[in-house]
Amino acid sequence: MPENSDAVYDLAVIGGGVVGCAVLRRFALAGANCVLLERGADILGGASKGNSAILHTGFDAPPGSVELACMRAGYAEYLAIRERLNLPLVETSALVVAWTESERARLPEIVARAHANGIADVREIGPDELRRREPNLGPGALGAVLVPGEHVIDPWSAPLAYAHQALANGGTIRRNAPVEGGAFDGERWTLQTPGGPVRARVVVNAAGLHGDLVEAICRPSPFTIRPRKGQFVVFDKPAAALLRAIVLPVPTERTKGVLVARTAFGNLLVGPTAEDQEDRETAAVEEGALRALIEKGRRILPALADHTVTATYAGLRPATETKDYRIEALPDRRWITVGGIRSTGLTAALGIAAHVHALYEAHFGALAGRADPVWTPVPNLTEGRDRPYQRPGCGEIVCHCELVTRAEIEAALTGPLPAGDLGGLKRRTRAMMGRCQGFYCSWRVAQLAAGRLADLKVTKAAS
Amino acid sequence: MSGEPAAEREVIIVGAGPAGLAAARRLAELGVKDILVLEREAEAGGVPRHCGHTGFGIRTFYRPLTGPAYARRLVRAAAEGPAGIEIRTRTTVTRLEPGGMLRVSAPEGPATLRARRVLLALGARETPRSTRLVSGARPWGVTTTGALQQFVYLAGLKPFERAVIVGTELVSFSALLTLRHAGIAAAAMIEEGGRITARRPGDLIARMVFGVPVLTDARLVTIRGNARVEGVEIERGGTRAVIPCDGVVFTGRFVPETALLKGSHLALDPGTGGPVIDQHGRCSDPCYFAAGNLLRPIETAGVAWEEGRLVAAAIAASLRGDLPPPARTVPVTATAPLRYVYPHRIGLPGWPVPSLLLRARVERETRGRLRLLANGREVWSRRVHALPERRISLPADRVPLEGLETLSVELVED
Repeated sequence: MPENSDAVYDLAVIGGGVVGCAVLRRFALAGANCVLLERGADILGGASKGNSAILHTGFDAPPGSVELACMRAGYAEYLAIRERLNLPLVETSALVVAWTESERARLPEIVARAHANGIADVREIGPDELRRREPNLGPGALGAVLVPGEHVIDPWSAPLAYAHQALANGGTIRRNAPVEGGAFDGERWTLQTPGGPVRARVVVNAAGLHGDLVEAICRPSPFTIRPRKGQFVVFDKPAAALLRAIVLPVPTERTKGVLVARTAFGNLLVGPTAEDQEDRETAAVEEGALRALIEKGRRILPALADHTVTATYAGLRPATETKDYRIEALPDRRWITVGGIRSTGLTAALGIAAHVHALYEAHFGALAGRADPVWTPVPNLTEGRDRPYQRPGCGEIVCHCELVTRAEIEAALTGPLPAGDLGGLKRRTRAMMGRCQGFYCSWRVAQLAAGRLADLKVTKAAS
Repeated sequence: MSGEPAAEREVIIVGAGPAGLAAARRLAELGVKDILVLEREAEAGGVPRHCGHTGFGIRTFYRPLTGPAYARRLVRAAAEGPAGIEIRTRTTVTRLEPGGMLRVSAPEGPATLRARRVLLALGARETPRSTRLVSGARPWGVTTTGALQQFVYLAGLKPFERAVIVGTELVSFSALLTLRHAGIAAAAMIEEGGRITARRPGDLIARMVFGVPVLTDARLVTIRGNARVEGVEIERGGTRAVIPCDGVVFTGRFVPETALLKGSHLALDPGTGGPVIDQHGRCSDPCYFAAGNLLRPIETAGVAWEEGRLVAAAIAASLRGDLPPPARTVPVTATAPLRYVYPHRIGLPGWPVPSLLLRARVERETRGRLRLLANGREVWSRRVHALPERRISLPADRVPLEGLETLSVELVED
């Protein structure tokens, strides 16, 4: 989209992950003239692509941290707005299960931290109640901390809904727009992108896995991104009947460990691993790690042995040297840094957006707000809520495993924010994400999407 | 869920592949009226629709045909037979309920259908890359034989230009033929095992006709590339090598397409991966029958066609009241090295003639004596040299139904 190079945005957000989308929404609703610049062919292609899809209470977050504050605010706002955006909530609760005596000894401190963090309904339960709640748990579970408020959501529809609402309220999203440099003249930034310069009075760095590289446009980055890979195994849908709650291990200093949880799409998830790597782009699964995850899953839920794997994936978390988020306003530089948003970002995004909004108003002046914001409900992809295939006149079903209609695929390829790549199409529709992984429908999806997705390349066959 | 329950049909067949279409035709020949065949794809015919090579139709039409020609002939045979067969395409069954009630989704919307008998003929599909736990990122260009065939034969599209074929089953050579047909280069075929799985002449065709290297003892280590496949890394005899390609075709390791059965009330057998059936193809709910490659992974289209006809006869008998629901069932058991045997049980009192042969497979290559034991006594035996990819057939008609308490199959190794 060619742009009048004289146009100056109030705000430019660098990075179209869940955080960037939530920030753009917040500022669009506040009446700001704002733009989001995403380097990829579609939004949500970085750290937001692969996570465990949990809406966290913050029960185990560091007390007093920015992370905790953002999670609490994000959690509350998600619940407040989700119906208007047609976003699901699978009310699972979570159980932090102790499998050894030393783990059980640590349960009271987990409860104490949860209470200190303001989550008052968290409590310890004994082995009998644990067994009653989760009869399929493997032998040796000694007790647990019950967190009633932990839930499962759709990790992609939520940020897509934020992006759509931002667009409907005057925001702009530019994809294929990596920020390659920038200059600050004391009043405004000129950001260099392949499509031309973008001018803005304030910049928000929400560049996730590239956060430190983007930060260097403004100043020597005070943090370094150290991508941490998390691999996941997704089991076929019948396995979801084995479990009600999200089952978490007692965390260690390094990682929250491997969880087992239902997904909003009706599968069962086991993961993640935690592996440091240099590469910021590629999240590869590795057979040995996947087998270890399956083994771990079977120790937690022995009946998993009878279930098949539907999908495997890996995501990268933008870890830094320290655990807490790196959120900071640089008033002199008219720059707001939002770095190091780890796996809790899905929950915290709306809270981070509110926090960034407050920083903006504190340093750069109040925004008028939009009197009558537009709400943009997104298509529901989850089990348990109305899906298009259940409606009269739904038309052809293309993906038989996930029951995705042709109309849903066509809708995802058009509109104000059409899918930019294959991953984007899958995230918007779930086509090809079911148990056959495209055996039946990939040709049909390719026919419908040919020429419209950056990475989907087909050519005419011979003869 | 909306939709008034429609009038009860005599028979609904789910799946219009060789087994389902054969059953429809046979039921009509046996005088059953009001047969509804539901097919979720836009065209009836099943997997042969997208198998461009020849070799189909010998059992059915006594002459070799290409897959698409065979599929068309099957559809015509159903349409031109005795009246009473309706085929509805683009109709997806979304749920099976007890007593022959089906929830379906069709272009005009959802509906509830009911039938006195339901035949499940859902077929089989290959195991995708994810279930095989293959390392690497998830680029475009990773597919299965079936998916590739549909690109090439149904859409006239090439998803890539140079591919590595993983596996050496019979279907792997079908993948090779598909690549050739589309003008896609075959970089190599790789096989984990020490020998080619398919019987000759597949390997000879690959090597001598197409000049494609067939690498045995070759393990796929990882798929390279992020957005697009850039190559596969393989390990062979302790050394690693990269084969440049932009496509990977995972072939074989078929599994019954049981999506609809999972989460239904019907019992599944972990051995075959298909529904638990008796000697007449009846499922654990005797309103439901099953035939074809849904029963196990996999047999030729001709075998599926034959099973469709045999089970159709049992369905017709049960509609007439000649085959009442079983009063009791005797499980059929198999022990290692047998991986499975099916039918999984004998329903009693049975119809005197079983509809299906007893069929078994081994986990590994085995030589020995195969024995069929009724109430602990051998009723039949034979020497076999069994390979995991080949079926073993046993005569179900040798099983004495009178007083039957136990039935087992064993393979006593040499």
